[in-house]
Amino acid sequence: MDNPILLTMRHIEKRFPGVLALNNVDFTLRKGEIHALMGENGAGKSTLIKILTGVYQMDGGEVQIEGKPVVIHSPQDAQNSGISTVYQEITLCPNLTVAENMFIGREDSAWIQRKEYEKKADEILGRLEIPTRGARILGRCSLAIQQMVAIARAVDMNCKVLILDEPTSSLDDKEVNMLFKLMRDLKAQGVGIIFVTHFLEQVYEVSDRITVLRNGELVGEYPASDLPQVELVAKMIGKNLDEFSALKGSGKDVSKNGEVFYEAEELSSSQALPFDFKIHKGEVNGFTGLLGSGRSESVRAIFGADKVNGGTVKVKGEPVKITRPIDAMKHGIGYLAEDRKRDGIIAELSVRENIILALQVMNGFFKPISRSESEAFADEYIKVLQIKTASRETPVGSLSGGNQQKVILARWLLTHPDYLILDEPTRGIDVGTKLEIQKLVLKLAEEGVSVTFISSEVEEMLRTCSRLIVMRDRHIVGELTGEDLNQAQVMKTIAGGEA
Amino acid sequence: MIKNNSLKREPLTDTQLLTTITIIIFFTMYFTAMGTLGGGFLRFQQIFDILNDNASLIIVSCGLTIVMIGGGIDISVGAVTSLVVMSCVMYLNSGGNIFVSILLALGIGLAFGLVHGFLISYLEIQPFIVTLAGMFLARGLTTIISIDPQKVQHKGFKTLLDAEIKIPWLGYTANNGNRVDATMELGVVIAIVVLIAVFILLRYLRLGRAFYAIGGNQQSALMLGINVKRTRFISYVISGALSGISGFVFMMHTGAGNATNAAGMEMNAIAASIIGGTLLTGGVGNVAGTFFGVMILTTIKKIVVSSGLNQPWWQNITMGGMLCFFIILQSVVLSRRNGKKKAV
Repeated sequence: MDNPILLTMRHIEKRFPGVLALNNVDFTLRKGEIHALMGENGAGKSTLIKILTGVYQMDGGEVQIEGKPVVIHSPQDAQNSGISTVYQEITLCPNLTVAENMFIGREDSAWIQRKEYEKKADEILGRLEIPTRGARILGRCSLAIQQMVAIARAVDMNCKVLILDEPTSSLDDKEVNMLFKLMRDLKAQGVGIIFVTHFLEQVYEVSDRITVLRNGELVGEYPASDLPQVELVAKMIGKNLDEFSALKGSGKDVSKNGEVFYEAEELSSSQALPFDFKIHKGEVNGFTGLLGSGRSESVRAIFGADKVNGGTVKVKGEPVKITRPIDAMKHGIGYLAEDRKRDGIIAELSVRENIILALQVMNGFFKPISRSESEAFADEYIKVLQIKTASRETPVGSLSGGNQQKVILARWLLTHPDYLILDEPTRGIDVGTKLEIQKLVLKLAEEGVSVTFISSEVEEMLRTCSRLIVMRDRHIVGELTGEDLNQAQVMKTIAGGEA
Repeated sequence: MIKNNSLKREPLTDTQLLTTITIIIFFTMYFTAMGTLGGGFLRFQQIFDILNDNASLIIVSCGLTIVMIGGGIDISVGAVTSLVVMSCVMYLNSGGNIFVSILLALGIGLAFGLVHGFLISYLEIQPFIVTLAGMFLARGLTTIISIDPQKVQHKGFKTLLDAEIKIPWLGYTANNGNRVDATMELGVVIAIVVLIAVFILLRYLRLGRAFYAIGGNQQSALMLGINVKRTRFISYVISGALSGISGFVFMMHTGAGNATNAAGMEMNAIAASIIGGTLLTGGVGNVAGTFFGVMILTTIKKIVVSSGLNQPWWQNITMGGMLCFFIILQSVVLSRRNGKKKAV
């Protein structure tokens, strides 16, 4: 079992202005093992990985590969040392072809051999069963394919250490299984894989060993078989799991007698096929389905985020027209976008400015929010949502993913919406913050806010929603309430068929 | 798992599509002019005249295309061209050597490119501001060297100035029955060589693809192991060097230096690149499109003049309209295309 040690990181230390991101962290990776790196947001996982890949420089400590100290100052250094990384966000160039993305930056001559690259790429893609081809422009492939191209690139680089940073967050189950098969193949070839993910089941499915970080410090390293899932979570969040189970089934069903807040008939947009939908006051419902089933597209149509093509919409029984986000906002609808980097945060602006953004838009730009007022709002929500930031004036871009998500949440909460649409609010954030967000959703519902909650984790939806709308191939194929709200029934409905 | 999509052809890329549109519009425009205006447009010499007058514009546009593909901008190219012209004229008139004057031209262009590249890539200052400063500096220096127009008196250079390539078979028979050969200046040959070189660079060389990568997504390019800073640095150095060459070609065309030489050339070059399908946001573009962009801009000028609208404002208005038309066309074409469901 104990394979030779491949990578050692010892006493790693990293400071950011005002924060000690990593404090005396050790990490060991063996040949031919899949090693999960776990921790909450701000635990230091990303920082540790970025040090290993040369994006950040460590302030103290040492890195050894196969017993020899290495110095990593740039991503090139990392590549040369045999360390390849596949990031959560696609780090390929959308304007180049798949083949170019696989070979650029590591060509051996000054001339590029386009045809040869494409042939080689097709060969590798074929072997890994990735359904695209080398000559295609990457930007024309789906996100999942782009992710797999990034992995194909790393695989082809004969890396010794392969870092997979949240590789599964945009893949559906079938694709995840393909990836796991690939990971096991690589493991058999002696590659050491560092696997970072928030999906606990996935950790146990493939990992041999688990290292847990918390608040920039090492909690410990454990063989996966010796660490029950419950204990893992406890170690990550540093508290016990009663809260976790207490959440179960607290989504109250108010659809029987409640007042309907929003109702749409035959609503369609440039991205979504016509669908009917309604939500009651104080109800939490969810859209579920596989990636690409149209769940995000549907809620975007509700918010007017894509071009609305037709359908009638009623808010509180009154027919209204919602064709643009501002219309939706005026009717008390808030939308937290799936891709927070693209649709949500403005990284250069401060936490405070990001928080007041939606309120400012609602007020109109001729009624500015005073500085002291906005500071008060920011401070209030930083406290309420426990946003971990150096100050309210810190640029949002420097916060961790979960905290960025909280900033956007704060932005919408500040507008006091009657209906809040949360599209994957917990994607890419840690268990602790996930729980907080779930609790917040239920609290909002109690206060009479309607919430539509979308998550790829069915379990999470079951805990929060009282009604689940199931989509397949851009159509609504089922609606589950009460007794039917269980994992098996959801899976059955998603998969289709009666059995 | 592997679908039979290997048999299908890939659709045109955005760059290819935009370039194709530009080329089609150029030929449509030119043939329309041949049909309606006749005269000069029926002769090959017309094309050569356009090329002769605009060889230096083609050269700087090539440089600008590289910079723009890399996601940057260089608005100093016209001013540097002007500075090179004036410096070389004064140097030649003081009894200089032609070969050294070529080195001088290249040296001035390179110097500007190196400084711009360093400031933009390594000190991470906005390219617009850096090259704006470079533009003012070059314009100022040109005026310091000589505020009056200067004609080249150098004997040897005269032969270079008058050198023409005659192409009899593309000539025409004038009204008086004499056969007139089509003629092309040396500058055009240089421009064509530059075009081909830049085309090869952008399409077949590792460096060229790196320009696309950094323009497409800088962060990704870094992660893919591209030296982003160095690549960006080189793009400005190339643009600077091409401005130097452009200056020398300009001098070979006009034979004189003037503080207002090449005024507005940078804007024409940007317009030509954009018309040719280069996006200001970076990552998309190619030099064949840029060449046709220059041809469209300059041909439209000729058409306006030939139509009897001699006043200079008509040229500007038409060029403005043309640029507007292309930008709208491109944005409509691209949004229609990318609005479609993505291929798996």
